[in-house]
Amino acid sequence: MADTAASDAFVAFERVQKSYDGETLVVKDLNLAMPKGEFLTMLGPSGSGKTTCLMMLAGFETATHGEIKLDGKPINNIPPHKRGIGMVFQNYALFPHMTVAENLSFPLEVRGMGKAEREQKVKRALEMVQMGRFGGRRPAQLSGGQQQRIALARALVFEAELVLMDEPLGALDKQLREHMQFEIKRIADDLGITVVYVTHDQTEALTMSDRVAVFEAGVIQQLAPPSELYEAPQNSFVAQFIGENNTLEGVVEEIGGNRCTVRLDSGDIIDAVPINVSQKGERTRVSIRPERVEFDPQLGDAAHTLTAEVREFIYMGDVFRTRLSVAGNDEFVVKTRNRADQKRLSPGETVRIGWLPEDCRALDAT
Amino acid sequence: MTDATQHPMDGPTPDDALRQAKAADSVDDQGRLLAADGTPLKRSLARSLRVQKIRALALIAPLLLFVLVTFIAPIADMLFRSVENEIVPETLPRTVQLIGDWDHNSGEAPDAELFEAFYYDMAIAAQLKNHTRLGTRLNYEQTGISSLFRQSGRDIEDIGDVYVDQFEDLDEAWEEPATWLALMGDADWRDSYMEWFEGEQAGAPPAFQPSAAASEALPRTVEMYTLFSEFTAGARRDSLAEDEPWPVAYTALYQDLTAQPSATAPFEGEMATLVGAAEDAVADFETVDFRSYFIDEIDEDWGNPEVWATIQTFSGPFTAGYFLNAVDMQETPDGVAMQPDDQRIYGLLFKRTMFMSLTITFCCIALGYPVAYLLATLPMRSANLLMILVLLPFWTSLLVRTSAWKVMLQQQGVINDVLVWLGLVGDGSRLVMINNQFGTIVAMTHILLPFMILPMYSVMSTIPPSYVRAAKSLGATNWTAFWRVYFPQSVPGIGAGSILVFILAIGYYITPEIVGGTTGTFISNRIAYHISSSLNWGLAAALGTILLGVVLILYWAYDRIVGIDNVKLGG
Repeated sequence: MADTAASDAFVAFERVQKSYDGETLVVKDLNLAMPKGEFLTMLGPSGSGKTTCLMMLAGFETATHGEIKLDGKPINNIPPHKRGIGMVFQNYALFPHMTVAENLSFPLEVRGMGKAEREQKVKRALEMVQMGRFGGRRPAQLSGGQQQRIALARALVFEAELVLMDEPLGALDKQLREHMQFEIKRIADDLGITVVYVTHDQTEALTMSDRVAVFEAGVIQQLAPPSELYEAPQNSFVAQFIGENNTLEGVVEEIGGNRCTVRLDSGDIIDAVPINVSQKGERTRVSIRPERVEFDPQLGDAAHTLTAEVREFIYMGDVFRTRLSVAGNDEFVVKTRNRADQKRLSPGETVRIGWLPEDCRALDAT
Repeated sequence: MTDATQHPMDGPTPDDALRQAKAADSVDDQGRLLAADGTPLKRSLARSLRVQKIRALALIAPLLLFVLVTFIAPIADMLFRSVENEIVPETLPRTVQLIGDWDHNSGEAPDAELFEAFYYDMAIAAQLKNHTRLGTRLNYEQTGISSLFRQSGRDIEDIGDVYVDQFEDLDEAWEEPATWLALMGDADWRDSYMEWFEGEQAGAPPAFQPSAAASEALPRTVEMYTLFSEFTAGARRDSLAEDEPWPVAYTALYQDLTAQPSATAPFEGEMATLVGAAEDAVADFETVDFRSYFIDEIDEDWGNPEVWATIQTFSGPFTAGYFLNAVDMQETPDGVAMQPDDQRIYGLLFKRTMFMSLTITFCCIALGYPVAYLLATLPMRSANLLMILVLLPFWTSLLVRTSAWKVMLQQQGVINDVLVWLGLVGDGSRLVMINNQFGTIVAMTHILLPFMILPMYSVMSTIPPSYVRAAKSLGATNWTAFWRVYFPQSVPGIGAGSILVFILAIGYYITPEIVGGTTGTFISNRIAYHISSSLNWGLAAALGTILLGVVLILYWAYDRIVGIDNVKLGG
């Protein structure tokens, strides 16, 4: 999916730029191609340009430069109501003066659909989100989760092939949010629709998406399937932003093939996979996921070991989270499964830790 | 899972929490919940809230008092005037008692008995100078009565003077105030009165006490003398010791003496002689026939049954007459009837007031809606500038703004000049745009516009832009998105603005007064006229009450149709 050519993509951003004030670019040179049926999440901190991209796609903002294509046709000059894109808003934007059924019927009505057909489609859409009994209610009489379902049904009822969702689960509590993530994913897969989903919640992005585009400062930092994004971040920002991450800073000593040697600031030397370091002497930030680190390593010869001092031990139920001081970094975290034989460390203890060089990625230092 | 509310991980509902709490608490034998110290929970709660309530009340007390004293009470008093008619029964107590028996369809003035009662009422009223006020009051119902009463007040003394002259010719003692004091007053009272009179005359004089003899022999005279004594005590110019009583007392004396052949009997000594002499003489006195004197000597209108019918109709302490007048009707002895065609003005004025207020309200909606919309949607900087422009009129005097419209709209004014200069209007046929309905509507729309824009704005600013965006993303054109989604949500703002503007407009006074001319005036101008010029406060109060009623009915109707909780002034 990742290598879909822009020419046969369903949704395509080509060199898109956006500026509100003519001085700064909110979106810088965005290129993105999505095949039909993909669930793509735009993930990033607030102000990173992800919502602006969504709004440009929906037609509520115009691109300052570049072209946005839908199904091969440029849509820059097509007004929003003619784009036929379904959209779910952050606060649902259910029309408060209409009943649920009227809300759902609205997009069909403006398309001039007959009454009988409308009613049938509304009924089917409500059943799809399991809200069949609520057609006569007003949005204000529904709970947040129910409103969310209705908003989803409304975006789908007119059979849009592309549905945009702007942080749709932001207002729900954790339990409900997790449930709805699953629900949305299921419906999207069932209907085979293409979804562009905006969120700042990385868990949401990882669990729902086919691909995730990580935004920062108006640029896509990395566009990849969730597993790749987590396990093979392309730069420090992505590594830090997605999941928990340990970093050790140092200088590249030697580089060659898919191995490099890094001299840490503490003087220790470790092996790593060079990702975006290219030459000797370059400063680098080495990234290791907490769950890939082991105590008293039995990983074989390839493993690196370092001495660490335990700072804190947190019992989290399914895992133990141990904070260590490693090579000058006091925030080095190790996560271990709660196994019967797992040692529970106490602060002040000195332990050996180790990891495989493949799990250790040398990234840019910025 | 059928819906989100049945999620297994949902926490306890408030109901559950309450039920659990209830189960844990102690309950007394009547099933009431008890607080920790054993008192019923309800009482405990009331006690803890009482201090708060008292404090809240204390905080608003000054304003409450101020409003009660300066606003509610005067309004209530004013509204009461619309039905109050005390002046007739108070001024003509004797007449009012008898007039009910008179048949207004007889085509004749009432009989002598009623004229006699009326003579006494009028003579006293003339002395107290009340008759002109009564004349004014009755003149509202029938034109001409005012001058009739004024005229009669002047002439009525002549009747008494006929008897005054004859009594004084009989015995000069009748001229002496002292004679009357001695004849009428109780001995003890007389002593204390003279003591008061010869002293510093501090405070009120001792109240008149008639002697037993006088009360028995000369009841009417005592009644007149009592009224005279009250008058002198109140007026503080005359006194019983220095002034002879009103001529009407002499009439009463004559009537007492002729009515009671043995009037002398209770008296003793000097008084017995005096009264005895008078009693003997009265048979030969020249007498006055009240009925014919009123009709022939004072004014022939007293023979007109219509005058008496008016008095009869308005003889009660309360009247619907003002209200009937306010709706172009009148109370006649035969019941309620329409006013003559040429005197119906209030129906027209009410209709015009309603029509113009509605027109102004609609003009304000039409002009204010786009402005409010812009205010709510423009970026902050531009919106603030626009808001200042909207508020600018508030900082200018109302009179200045109204006068400015006069300058703009008059025939030699700015707009006409421009039209003539452009050649759109001939110099000879300049448009008449002021001192008529058009001018009033234009000026008032301008003046009331902010009251429409502000509530609309505050409602519109709470409508998130995502609604319109959602509508567009669902396929609605700009117009459909506005009309089907934005507009319905802005209706509460329109409602609030309309109520505000309409209620302000319906009672507006200054602007129509200045630019309204004759065709653009409101009912309020008529109310002001009655308050300050014609002084018919009863009618003004009735008109005002009707206006208040109309507003309340409209408010109620609005509540029923739109719902008052749909009116938002903000938030």
